[in-house]
Amino acid sequence: MTPKRYTRTAIGLHWLMALLLIGTFGVGLYMTGLKLSPFKLKIYSWHKWAGVAAFLLVFLRLAWRAGHRPPPLVAGLPRWQEIAAHGLHHLLYLLMIAIPLSGWLMSSAKGFQTVWFGVLPLPDLLAKNAELGDLLQTVHVWLNYGFAALLAAHVAAALKHHVVDRDDTLTRMLPLLEKNR
Amino acid sequence: MFKRHPATRSTRSRTLLSAALAAVCLGAAGSATAVEFGQVQAEKSTLTFVSKQMGVAVDGKFRKFATTLAFDPAKPTQGSARLDLDMASIDAGSKDANDEVVGKAWFNVKEHPQASFVSTSVKALGGDRYEAAGKLTIKGKVQDVKAPFTFRQDGGNGIFDGYFTLKRLDFAIGDGAWSDTSAVANEVQIKFHVVAAARK
Repeated sequence: MTPKRYTRTAIGLHWLMALLLIGTFGVGLYMTGLKLSPFKLKIYSWHKWAGVAAFLLVFLRLAWRAGHRPPPLVAGLPRWQEIAAHGLHHLLYLLMIAIPLSGWLMSSAKGFQTVWFGVLPLPDLLAKNAELGDLLQTVHVWLNYGFAALLAAHVAAALKHHVVDRDDTLTRMLPLLEKNR
Repeated sequence: MFKRHPATRSTRSRTLLSAALAAVCLGAAGSATAVEFGQVQAEKSTLTFVSKQMGVAVDGKFRKFATTLAFDPAKPTQGSARLDLDMASIDAGSKDANDEVVGKAWFNVKEHPQASFVSTSVKALGGDRYEAAGKLTIKGKVQDVKAPFTFRQDGGNGIFDGYFTLKRLDFAIGDGAWSDTSAVANEVQIKFHVVAAARK
């Protein structure tokens, strides 16, 4: 029998990731415009620490997913929607790996090692190089804009299924909504 | 550093003997060719520092500084050194930081364009290790510092490597909001590498 819903763990990881990524993204947008201050150093560190957490979490999610097949898409979808849904999920996972990785590399190139919560040093994978650091910053920013656009599509699709099609697409990942329907 | 294993009687006496021989030889060499190192090679010398931001070590350096020194390893206590730093030549690790640290809260380079270290005494610590004591002046504030260093000869050059740790707030470096040491640590390690040729 195929499950109708995601496992509780998958649901927990999904929403934890959602909170973490949206929070880290918002902090990232806000912090770059700040004037240099102790607060700026602190908020940058927290952004990086959250990014490292997200980087670890995405592998945890993938490992869980490898061992627990997600429920199939709702029946009766047009073929293009199935392809779009799977493609979008793959891209989101790809960016959930690429974005923290680009941040880590950018920090190394800029000469600021990432030390998780000020305790666990991540190795610098690149030597200090200001031009490369600026290039990686641009890459990091545009990967994030790409992620934001894909996320908007992901949310819009989920809402469309819930509100217009009135199917189980969203409730599979948000069982709280089941009772209200 | 390393503790030596207690030497057996025979090796100890041999060690003593060779030390005595070495002393005689050194003494002879010293009196014949006393060399004083003092022609500083600025392009081979570096003055770097490590600050800690949010627990992360960040490297910095001074691009321009002048060193005058006189040091004869046979007469270390007569050695002396003076460093004059051009504070505008600081590289604190990033463009943001460089723009910030020349300002009033940090080095106030406009009013204090120079910092200096002037030795008051040098003593031998044994082996190739020595210690220079002196007055460090930054931002108009003077503090006594002690800087251990090693000296070795490489061809006709003398190479001095040493470091010391200062507390930035002793010099009001980064005051106001920046005196928050949880963002930038109070301790800053200063490292110097000076190459000086023998004076002829």
